[in-house]
Amino acid sequence: MFGLDKRDTGVLIIVALLALFAPIILNPFPTDSAMAQFNAGYPDLMQKFVIFGIFAIGFNILFGLTGYLSFGHAAFLGIGSYSCVWMFKLLGYNVIPGIFLSILISGLFALLIGFVSLRRSGIYFSILTLAFAQMCFALAYSVLSNPRFNLTNGETGLQVYANDPQWFHRDGLPDLPHLFGLSMRATQKIQVGAWEFQFNAGYYLCALIMLVCFYLAIRIFRSPFGMMLRAVKSNQQRMNYTGLNSRPYTLAAFVISGMYAGLAGGLLSAVDPLAGAERMQWTASGEVVLMTILGGAGTLIGPVLGAGFIKYFENIFSKINDNVLHSWFAFLPDGMEDFMVFIIHPFIGKGWHLTLGILFMLVVIYLPGGLVEGGQRIQGWFRKRGTKTEAKAGKTEPAE
Amino acid sequence: MGILEVKNVGKRFGGLQALSDVNLSVKENTVHAIIGPNGAGKSTLLNCLVGKLIPDTGSVMFDGQSVLGRAPYEINQMGISRVFQTPEIFGDLTVLENMMIPCFAKRDGSFMLNAMPMVSNQKEVLERAEFMLEEMNMADKRHMHSASLSRGDKRRLEIGMCLSQEPRLLLLDEPTAGMARADTNNTIDLLKEIAAERDITIAIIEHDMHVVFSLADRITVLAQGTPLVEDDPENIRGNPKVREAYLGETA
Repeated sequence: MFGLDKRDTGVLIIVALLALFAPIILNPFPTDSAMAQFNAGYPDLMQKFVIFGIFAIGFNILFGLTGYLSFGHAAFLGIGSYSCVWMFKLLGYNVIPGIFLSILISGLFALLIGFVSLRRSGIYFSILTLAFAQMCFALAYSVLSNPRFNLTNGETGLQVYANDPQWFHRDGLPDLPHLFGLSMRATQKIQVGAWEFQFNAGYYLCALIMLVCFYLAIRIFRSPFGMMLRAVKSNQQRMNYTGLNSRPYTLAAFVISGMYAGLAGGLLSAVDPLAGAERMQWTASGEVVLMTILGGAGTLIGPVLGAGFIKYFENIFSKINDNVLHSWFAFLPDGMEDFMVFIIHPFIGKGWHLTLGILFMLVVIYLPGGLVEGGQRIQGWFRKRGTKTEAKAGKTEPAE
Repeated sequence: MGILEVKNVGKRFGGLQALSDVNLSVKENTVHAIIGPNGAGKSTLLNCLVGKLIPDTGSVMFDGQSVLGRAPYEINQMGISRVFQTPEIFGDLTVLENMMIPCFAKRDGSFMLNAMPMVSNQKEVLERAEFMLEEMNMADKRHMHSASLSRGDKRRLEIGMCLSQEPRLLLLDEPTAGMARADTNNTIDLLKEIAAERDITIAIIEHDMHVVFSLADRITVLAQGTPLVEDDPENIRGNPKVREAYLGETA
């Protein structure tokens, strides 16, 4: 389908179904149950899943294929966000121009930053990208927000004010980001028994764009261009002595992944029209590296899984507090209850980074291929058991 | 006029004059060996030919065009392919993919943004790569990870990758270094076959006299960065200067 082979079509369909039914799949617990806090099927979080999925898919095109580890991709995320909000301020709340401008501007920045950074490889490349990202952060945070020339609105963050021009804004259109009148916040709630499912317009727009991005990424992976990028990672010396200029290949990969990041940033603004400089900070760049490695660098679906995994932890684990813990361990005797809460306390709430760090270490040490490798091992384990039982059955037959 | 003309090439690294006044002419469709003791400047000379180093003086002309100042990929696109001392292949890729990459380089040039078509639809390149694997007797290994090949097979693959580009000049840097005797002989046979069947010039740097004398039509002996003699193999064997350079004064 769409020029893909059977396996890739299968992966694409699975991702499409997961995206389509996410509001149901991610809400497995009834609304009033004690487990309801583990439900992730609310619009805000689901949007983050797919948007950071796009971010990680794009990052994987650079890091997974060429092996160039960029530590400054958050710069493009931030640039995309600012571009999109500027379109809201100037043209109006329709998200289409904003999304297009965010891809375009971040692509231009990626061309510039990539052109300079790709003169070096390895750790020097990482440091150069990090330096550029920190420069972008500094520009956004302070330099470009002075009274005479206010491009980013500094600490407050860029947002739409009532006196902005919004040339194409008409009465009757929502006063929030919308797609030709359909508000991004529009949510259809459906009550099924004890469960409540929320179908949100912003989420479905982002999910649709994520699917397109995922499809394009598969095409890139399977194209001659993708093969060249893997060749860059494998042996750049051989590549140069085979008549191939590796620089434009890596630059093209860098620009494409920068545009993916810009698109993700634009979508973040499209679902919530506020762009702040903290989106460009180095922690945000590190986060996408974690997502990609945790899910499985160089695999198709890994980055999406990694993005979902990290965002889930960030939003769910950070919400568990001591009161919740006390209610969980209420069945224990008093001393034991306090003791258990004391033990678990550092790993929840603000300590969710600790949990994530431990999980990340475990994955990197025991599953270097990320969650995808974990899945493959489980699959292989089941298959082995399957063939064993078959072999046993085969052996018993001749005995009869 | 040879296909490769090296004139007065000199190269200095700090206090070491690695090459001085090297003149070399490689005739078309011959096998030209460059031999010499350790530190004679063989590898430096080769690196000057492929664009890895730029000589301080002199000129290097390939088919009437200067190669000086060009990047390695440009020189390759001119028709010079290089085989490395330790096989340089794409270890993370399969054998077939390894063979496809030079075919793409031949078809599309040094860069082409071919991001949407699928590799599986590139019929001509696939056919060409399969054909070359067949030629190299490696068709049964096409789906293997190339990193897991034996040393001899890696060498075969690397030579095959170079040949798939139909270069006019093939440069080999000690192609049998560190190989077992059987692998060495296989490589010699392979190179003989290539030289006999193809329209190709081969320049080979080698330590192993057995390899040199079974392949070369013409030999240049390099010592201390400068050519000692250039002659046919029979004459080289008995040349006292060569013996001296290799074995010391009175040997």
